[in-house]
Amino acid sequence: MNDNPFYTVRKRKSTIWMTLCLAATVFGLAWLVMILATLLWNGVAGLKPSVFLQSTPPPGSQGGGLANAIVGSVMMTFIGVAIGAPIGLLAGTYMAEYGRYQKLTTIIRFINDILLSAPSIIIGLFVYTTVVVPMGGFSGLAGALALAVIVIPVVVRTTEDMLLLVPNPIREAASALGFPRSHVIRHISYRAARTGLVTGILLAVARVSGETAPLLFTALSNQFWSVDLTKTVANLPVTINNFINSADGNWKQLAWTGALLITSAVLGLSIAARSIGGKGSKS
Amino acid sequence: MSQVSTAEQIEAGASAFGPHVRVAIKNLDFFYGTSQALRAISLPLYANKVTAFIGPSGCGKSTLLRVLNRMYDLYPNQRAEGEVLLDGENILAPDLDLNLLRARVGMVFQKPTPFPMSIYDNIAFGVRLYEKLSRSEMDERVEQSLTRAALWKEVKDKLTASGLSLSGGQQQRLCIARTVAVKPEVILFDEPCSALDPISTARIEELIDELKHDYTIAIVTHNMQQASRVSDTTAFMYLGELMEFGKTNEMFTRPQNPKTQDYITGRFG
Repeated sequence: MNDNPFYTVRKRKSTIWMTLCLAATVFGLAWLVMILATLLWNGVAGLKPSVFLQSTPPPGSQGGGLANAIVGSVMMTFIGVAIGAPIGLLAGTYMAEYGRYQKLTTIIRFINDILLSAPSIIIGLFVYTTVVVPMGGFSGLAGALALAVIVIPVVVRTTEDMLLLVPNPIREAASALGFPRSHVIRHISYRAARTGLVTGILLAVARVSGETAPLLFTALSNQFWSVDLTKTVANLPVTINNFINSADGNWKQLAWTGALLITSAVLGLSIAARSIGGKGSKS
Repeated sequence: MSQVSTAEQIEAGASAFGPHVRVAIKNLDFFYGTSQALRAISLPLYANKVTAFIGPSGCGKSTLLRVLNRMYDLYPNQRAEGEVLLDGENILAPDLDLNLLRARVGMVFQKPTPFPMSIYDNIAFGVRLYEKLSRSEMDERVEQSLTRAALWKEVKDKLTASGLSLSGGQQQRLCIARTVAVKPEVILFDEPCSALDPISTARIEELIDELKHDYTIAIVTHNMQQASRVSDTTAFMYLGELMEFGKTNEMFTRPQNPKTQDYITGRFG
């Protein structure tokens, strides 16, 4: 149909690059699929009601579950997000609204980006020296605080980004009706960016629910059922870390099951975040 | 040059119309950082008249409009010098309450900007800030405002639908209804039809013509025909200066300034 040689060459080049891109995608996805498959393969076998009902067993015994670790993780994640998300939202709001043209905002953004990419073990050490040592021992509260420190930069970033996406004319239109700035932010900017803000918080939850390093130095872990936040609190990541390398087959199985639970929870949250975000862009 | 003739024109205009001067702009300079966007602008906006601002892009007409409700105050490094008197009160005074000013001087923007909420709330939202109305009073105000903006018939059965679900022309009329609802004295239109089709444009123009019975109106437009159709007085601006100001029908038939003539006839701009 077309015998223009330049066009033919260009088309062939395009095909080659398309194939390479596809191969790279498949290569990347293959690992993800293998990770998920391994988790499923090893984790499903241990998925019994007792996992959710019983606490972690002593070494060498049969049965037991992860109930204490699940509840501990949920508690610390919840408190961590409850502390970190409001701070992040307020800081992000300042940066995108009041302080948009301030030098301070540039500085905060720079520091926040460093915090965002700081290794979480450093954050664990930080909370260890500032909270655990003065308090005289590991505690669930220290764990929650460490998670909060991880949540803050994530939420600051998404909040600022999402608010910056709200078009300026809509702010001007609200201001033109005589709205004070605080009103414009609460009723217009937040409303327009709502789905993005919620997505940011969900992503922060997903991010901290798998964190191990900061909890090793703060909440440590606990073999028994305990919801006392001033003491050590069991949690999934550290339990997995402790159990996976043991020679005890029962522990190993629980570690795999725990890993499967965390991964499904994070996957579920990410899907929820995406579907909320998608709904927002449509309406 | 233009300064002298403008002052004379203001006098002449005032005596010709005999109407009340709602807004008096006196010797206004405006700066974006260090670059000057408006130079010694002086002109009146008459009560119950439509004043059109025309001129090539970048001549400062939108800037001038944004001074009248201090919209520029949202951004850093923008400042105005001179005087703008609204009913005798200088609105450039630093201690002026901007929110009260903006409730008195409404603005309709180039692109429709409905808020992400229901049609009803788009209108009630602004009213609630300054007035405490009962449910039925608010219903009445919403209906009034929508009727005023010639939108009531089209939306009366879907007031709970999102303001974003309307067409572009409807959205713009919603924005007009929203502005009217808070009962301003002056309404500023910044190229309100540039994103609309001809039919929607015609409706907005009719609307402006009706609204002037109750309000003082300023409109920035790139459309010469529109300026000649809707306005009573016209200001032609060029490179930040006011070149000519006068009655619209006179300016479009016998422009005093050769630059005005060139622009109106499409020789430049």
